[in-house]
Amino acid sequence: MKDISKSVRKVDSLIKMSGEAKYVSDIKIDGMLYAKTVRSSKSKAIIKKITLPVIPEGYHIIDHTDIPGKNFVKIIFEDMPVFAEKTVSYYGEPIMLVIGEDKNIITDIISNIEIEYEEVTPLFENTNSAINYHFTKGDSNKAFKNAKKIIKDDYDTGYQEQLYIEPQGMIGYIEGEKVTLIGSIQCPYYVKNAVISILEAEEDQVRVKQAVVGGAFGGKEEFPSLMACQLAVALRKIKKPIKLIYEREEDMEVTTKRHPAWIHMEAAINDKNEIDGLTAKVAIDGGAYIGLSGVVLSRALIASTGAYTIDNIEVGGDVFLTNTVPNGAFRGFGAPQMLFAVEMFIQHIALELELDPLELRLKYLAKQGDATSTRGKFRDPIIMNDMINKGMEMSDYKNKVKKYTEQGIYKGIGMSWFLHGCGFTGSGEANHIKALVKLQKDIDDKVTILIAAVDMGQGVQTTMKKIVAQILDIPLDQVIYNKPDTDLVPDSGPTVASRTIMVVGGLVARATKQLKEKWVDGEAIIVSERYKQPEYIKWDEDNFIGDAYPAYSWGVNIVEVEVSPITYQVSLVGIWSVYDVGKAIDERIIMGQADGGILQGVGYGYLEVMKNVNGKIQHKNVTDYIIPTTGDTAPMETFLMDNPYPLGPYGAKGAGELTLVGGAPAVALAIENAINKKVKSIPVTPEYIMELMKNG
Amino acid sequence: MAKIKFTLNNKVVEIEESPTARLLDILRDKYDFVGVKEGCGEGECGACAVLINDKIVNSCIVPLGTVEGKSIVTIEGFSKTKRHEVLRESFEEEGAVQCGFCTPGMLIASESLLNTNPHPTDEEIKIGLSGNLCRCTGYNMIIKAVKSASKKGDGLW
Ligand code: FES
Ligand code: FES
Repeated sequence: MKDISKSVRKVDSLIKMSGEAKYVSDIKIDGMLYAKTVRSSKSKAIIKKITLPVIPEGYHIIDHTDIPGKNFVKIIFEDMPVFAEKTVSYYGEPIMLVIGEDKNIITDIISNIEIEYEEVTPLFENTNSAINYHFTKGDSNKAFKNAKKIIKDDYDTGYQEQLYIEPQGMIGYIEGEKVTLIGSIQCPYYVKNAVISILEAEEDQVRVKQAVVGGAFGGKEEFPSLMACQLAVALRKIKKPIKLIYEREEDMEVTTKRHPAWIHMEAAINDKNEIDGLTAKVAIDGGAYIGLSGVVLSRALIASTGAYTIDNIEVGGDVFLTNTVPNGAFRGFGAPQMLFAVEMFIQHIALELELDPLELRLKYLAKQGDATSTRGKFRDPIIMNDMINKGMEMSDYKNKVKKYTEQGIYKGIGMSWFLHGCGFTGSGEANHIKALVKLQKDIDDKVTILIAAVDMGQGVQTTMKKIVAQILDIPLDQVIYNKPDTDLVPDSGPTVASRTIMVVGGLVARATKQLKEKWVDGEAIIVSERYKQPEYIKWDEDNFIGDAYPAYSWGVNIVEVEVSPITYQVSLVGIWSVYDVGKAIDERIIMGQADGGILQGVGYGYLEVMKNVNGKIQHKNVTDYIIPTTGDTAPMETFLMDNPYPLGPYGAKGAGELTLVGGAPAVALAIENAINKKVKSIPVTPEYIMELMKNG
Repeated sequence: MAKIKFTLNNKVVEIEESPTARLLDILRDKYDFVGVKEGCGEGECGACAVLINDKIVNSCIVPLGTVEGKSIVTIEGFSKTKRHEVLRESFEEEGAVQCGFCTPGMLIASESLLNTNPHPTDEEIKIGLSGNLCRCTGYNMIIKAVKSASKKGDGLW
C-alpha cells in the first residue's frame, strides 16, 4: 500500500489558476441588488435621532426594526446585536444596510443619512471584566512562600489582522420563505444557526452554501454570521437577491482581529535554582462584545506553561470589554500570545539566574506521562528531544547562537518550542459539536463525502478525498467532495481549531471502513459516523481540570535575523522548522501550511503593526498595515516527524495552527540575541528596538 | 461618457463608459472577466493585475480612459497560452496555490517578469513578485515554481 503522505496534485488548483474559480464576489444573480452598511461614527453613544433622505424607488433601508427574531448574532452569548438599536458601542458598529441596484446611488443615500448621537465617555482601558477564569495545579502558594527568589516580567502583544486577500463577502437569495446564503465562510452551520435564530425560521427555511474561500485564518469563523443575519433580514423584506461585499478598508476597520494581550508572569525559584512555581495573569481586550473571547482566553491560559512541565502553577485571566472593534478568532486562538510570553520568560529566567538557557529549557521540557497545565496527562509519545536536535542541526543553531552572543554583530538566532492542543478545548467536541459525517456511494460506485468542512486553501478537499480513496483503494476521481451546502451535508462542525483532519477526517476514515465492509458493486449505500469522545478523556469545564485536548501537536521553530545597526530594520535570514503532526496526509500540503503559517507568525512577531487610537483602527489598508512580501520572506526548511496518533486518520493530528504559534517567539528571541536586550513586546518594530537600545 | 476602444484578450472591443471608471470594474462587471480579483482597491496587493501592452499593471488604479488603443490581457486570456500551461504545471508541482485568490495576479506577475527576464535568479523573482501579496503560502513555493517554469519553458519567453 502506498504511503498516504506522498503528495498528489491539489484537486482545486486548476480552476484557481485559470481564473474560473468562483469566489463570492464573482457570483452574479439576475436582478441582484447591492448592500452597503451604515456604521457608527462614535465609540460609545446613544442614538438620538436618525434622519433619512428621500429614498428613491427601488432602494431600501434595513435596520433593527426589520428583525423578526431577537436582535443578536448567535455565537455564544446574546450580546452582539445584528443592527445597533438605541446605543452604539464601538466605532464602525453596524446600524443599517442601504440596498439597491446602483452602488453610486447607495453611496449618495448614505452620505445624506443624518445620525444624531449623544456621546457617552467610551472605555478604552482594561477595567470592565466580562469573563474571568482561574485555575491551579500543585501548590504554587507554597512554592512562592519558600522561594529564594521571585522573578517577574510583563509581556504584551498587539493586534494582528488576518488579512485574507479576499475580503469578507456574502450573497443571498430567497425562494418563497426559504433564504439561501452563499459566503466566504469557514463554518456553514454557525451561519445557518445564526440565521435561523434571527429570522425565527424553521430548520428547512435556511440554506447556507460555501463559495470558494480566498483565505480565512479564523477571520471567517464567527464574523460572517453577522453579515449573514443582516442579509437574511433584508432578503425576507426585499425578496430580491442581494450581495454584500466589504471593501478592504471596511474589512480592516470593522472585522474581528487577534486580541491584544498583556501577560504578567512570575516564577518562584528555590534554593537549588529550580523553577518551583509559576503564575501567569492574562488580560485580553475583547472589544465591544464578548463573541469568542472567552474561548480564546481559555486556550491562552491552558498554554501558560508552553512545552514545559512546571509542577506548581496558578493561572488566571480576564476578557475585558472596551469600546473598540470586537476581537475574535485567528489561527492559534490565544496560544500565540501566551507562547510568546512563556518562551521569552523562560529565556529571561535563565539570564537572570545566569544559567544556560538551553539547559534550563531542556530540564523542564514536557515528557510523555507528565501532567498538563490542567492536570490532564500527555498520553502519547513526545519526541521533542529528537525534534530539537534535528532543528539545531538543520540551522547550525548552537554555533550561531554562541557566535552571535559573543560577537555582538547585530545578527541573531532564536528558537521556540511549542505545542498546540488539537480540536476544541475541553468537552466542546462531545457536548456542543457532536460532529456527524456521511458517505454516500451511488450505483456508479462513486463515493461522495458529505461533511461541512470548508477548503479555504488549506487543502482539505484534496486530503479528505485521499483518505477515502486510499482506504477503499479506488482512484481519487472516484471520490466526490463538493463545497458544503447545508441542504446536503450533515453538521460535521466548523472548520476551526485544527480539528478538520484529526476529528472530521478521523470520522470520515471510520465511515469509509464501514463502507468498505458493506461495499457491493453497483449498489447505493449510505454510511455515517458520529463523534464519540474517548472514555479516558475527562474534563471539568468549571475548574479547568483534566484533559483540555485529546491530543497535542508539537513544534520547533528557529529563525535567524539581521538587524540594521543604523535603522534597526530587521531582515529574516533563514527559517527552520520541525513538526510532529502525527502523520501528514499530504506532505506538500503540510509543507505549504508550514511555510505560510510561520511567515504569518513571524510577521506577527516583528512586522505587523495595527493600532487603535481612541477606538479607531489606524492601520486600515495594506499600505499602512504591512504584511510580509516576497521581499521579506526567507528560505525555509521544514522537517516532518512521523509519530502517528492512534485516533487520527492514518495517525494524523492537527497542523494548521501549529505552524503559526511558534513564529513570534522565535523571531523575538532572534532579535533579542542580535541586540542583546530583553524583548518583552511584539511586534518588535525598529521603534521598539530603538527604545530598547536607549533604555533597555 | 466616452467611447473607448481597446484590445481585450486578443479581441478588439469598444465600450461607452465614463473614462474615469476603474478598469477593474469594467473587466469584472461589463466583460465578466472575474478572474481579475479585487484584494485592496488601492494598487497594493496585485490581485487585480492584468497585462497592458505586455506589462503588469494593477487594474484597480487604472482609469478606463487610459487604455484607449492598448492591448489588455487578463488571466482568462493568458490561461489559453502555452506559457500559462508551463507556469500552471510548475505551480501545481511546487504547491504554490492555496486559497488561490492571489494566484491569477501571481501568474500575471510571473509572465510579466519572464517576458523581460526569461532566466531570473531567486532575488530577481522576489523583486518581480514583490507587488503581489499572498497570505497563505509564505511565497517560497511560488518563487520555486517561477524558477522551475523558467527552466521548463526555456525558449517560450
Ligand atoms: S486590488 Fe488592485 S492592487 Fe489590490
Ligand atoms: S494562495 Fe491565498 S493569498 Fe496566495
